[in-house]
Amino acid sequence: VKAAPQSQTRPVTLTELNERFEHAVVVSVGAGGYPMSVATGFRADEERGVIELDPFQPAAPDGEVAVVFSHIRPQPGQGYDERRYVQFWGTLAGAGREAGPGATLTFTPTSSQGWDEEDVPFFEFSERGVPQALAYMDRLSQETGRPVRPKLSRGWLFLRATRLPFLSATVVPVGLGIAIAGKDGAFSWWLALLTLIGACAVQLGLNVANDVFDTMSGADAANVTPTQFSGGSRVVHYGLMRMRSLALLGIGFYAVAIAVGLYLAFDRGFWPLFGLGVAGVLISVFYTAPPLRLVHRGLGEICVAVGFGPLMVLGAYYVQAQRFTGEALFASIPVGILIALVLYMNEVPDRAGDAAAGKRTLPVRLGRDAVIAGYAAAAAVAYGLVAVGAVTGLLVRPALVALATIPLARRVVAGLRANYDSPYTLMGHMATNIKLHAFTGLLLIAAYAVATVAGHLWHPPPVFLR
Amino acid sequence: VGVLPPEVEEVLNAALVAELTVVDERGRPVTHPLIPLYDGERILMTSSVLFSRKLERIKANPRVSVSVTDPVSAAGLERFRRVTIQGDATVVDDDLHAGWERTALPLWRVKEPAIDFFLGKRVALPLFFERAVIEVVPRRVFVWEDARTDRAPRMVALAGADR
Repeated sequence: VKAAPQSQTRPVTLTELNERFEHAVVVSVGAGGYPMSVATGFRADEERGVIELDPFQPAAPDGEVAVVFSHIRPQPGQGYDERRYVQFWGTLAGAGREAGPGATLTFTPTSSQGWDEEDVPFFEFSERGVPQALAYMDRLSQETGRPVRPKLSRGWLFLRATRLPFLSATVVPVGLGIAIAGKDGAFSWWLALLTLIGACAVQLGLNVANDVFDTMSGADAANVTPTQFSGGSRVVHYGLMRMRSLALLGIGFYAVAIAVGLYLAFDRGFWPLFGLGVAGVLISVFYTAPPLRLVHRGLGEICVAVGFGPLMVLGAYYVQAQRFTGEALFASIPVGILIALVLYMNEVPDRAGDAAAGKRTLPVRLGRDAVIAGYAAAAAVAYGLVAVGAVTGLLVRPALVALATIPLARRVVAGLRANYDSPYTLMGHMATNIKLHAFTGLLLIAAYAVATVAGHLWHPPPVFLR
Repeated sequence: VGVLPPEVEEVLNAALVAELTVVDERGRPVTHPLIPLYDGERILMTSSVLFSRKLERIKANPRVSVSVTDPVSAAGLERFRRVTIQGDATVVDDDLHAGWERTALPLWRVKEPAIDFFLGKRVALPLFFERAVIEVVPRRVFVWEDARTDRAPRMVALAGADR
């Protein structure tokens, strides 16, 4: 039995029908042109390649008919789950016979289509329908002479286009740089706020630019398993926003970032901050933009680690303290590693789409075991640096508290191992991975806040608080 | 009082899934499991633009059938009957974003309360919630008492049925 293209990823075997469906529905088109559907009992015979049907009335005509199998499991007060159905087309024989005891009809299927949410999760099934949706709305636009496009409210569209919830990637390193400066006796609320605005604008600009280039390269269209954490914002791919508007949005964010960056550079020390700013902008642009397209070369993780680690921590520190320290650089490395691991894990479900678009990320290049081992090794290095730093005094001692997130890291590794090939069950673990970075970073910031307060209360503070 | 016999209305109102069959360009029947809603005159079903091939087919050939065959999907009914309703369908797609929310959503949430939760996540599924409404005007109804399709169904012809 051939499966109709696109509508079914796995052909259904006849034996499965006996186990997974309770009855058959025979569908034909009658003389009046209306379809007729009649339910009946069935037994599928894999060996003979036929489905035996119990007699039913009114009898279907001999010849071409369809047989449909459909199943749901009601969830009272909610709706239902276990959605699956399959439709076969083929020929029916023996329909005209008298319905005596034991008499059966024989249906020989020749083609089929269907959906089983256990095989193709609802989100993927929906994603595969995107070309159909766009074609439908295009035709409707032509017929009605007015543009028919999907809609989202401005607020939601902004949230979706910018991927606003992922700003923790920026807030953590900027907060850490400011906290370290505070411990060193340099702190201004106004400068802290400006730094945060400028740095957030860089990240939002990067998110949007990344989408612009992913849409242009076809990576969005090739990816049919996007998740909440991966696959980009897809606002242009879905027709929610024009490419031009998205590009303008990205340019707007970069303009804010450049304006704030230049102000801070002129006010606090031009060359060091200008240098960091230019490095950040270049990394974020060439991350996806040709000709470098660093993310296509498996260098995305390093870009992200440098950009959301040392560059942001050192920049935020410099704005406050007008100098650099080895402590800020050292503290930025574990934070950079953990944010790179967010990108790294998010690339796992995107790997098929990325590979199809020529985006050779690490999960595209490496096999499953290497990807998981790579994750575990990088996380171990991040925690090792925190531990060594806190013990030797390279970081403040309370930084040891950041090791409290190790169980989260173990959960992510176990989640990767168990759900590597299942984008939708991996989603929860991707959320944990993002929390891992945020919580570890916030604990490091809290450690510096504690050390700062201790420094004000005691001269000198107790050894375990400095 | 609705246009359909009360025992048919009862089945339609209880069913969580029905089979909508449309006729494709080659004259073949194509069936889609959908949640059936009933407003007293017409059977309403909604379809996302993501799964819009059936909408194109209805526009080309409005003759459809809606059947309720699965006793499990209509749990809670004291007496389950199998029904098939033949009718003429219209696709209402002049406001894909909000039209269905006005006409079909109030009926939908009665059967599937979780729909409001999913609709709250519209930002995650924007195209899924761009939906057309399929309005089916019933012409002819077949009822198999006690779900026994080995016996001939009772047929009720409604206004507009060819006799």
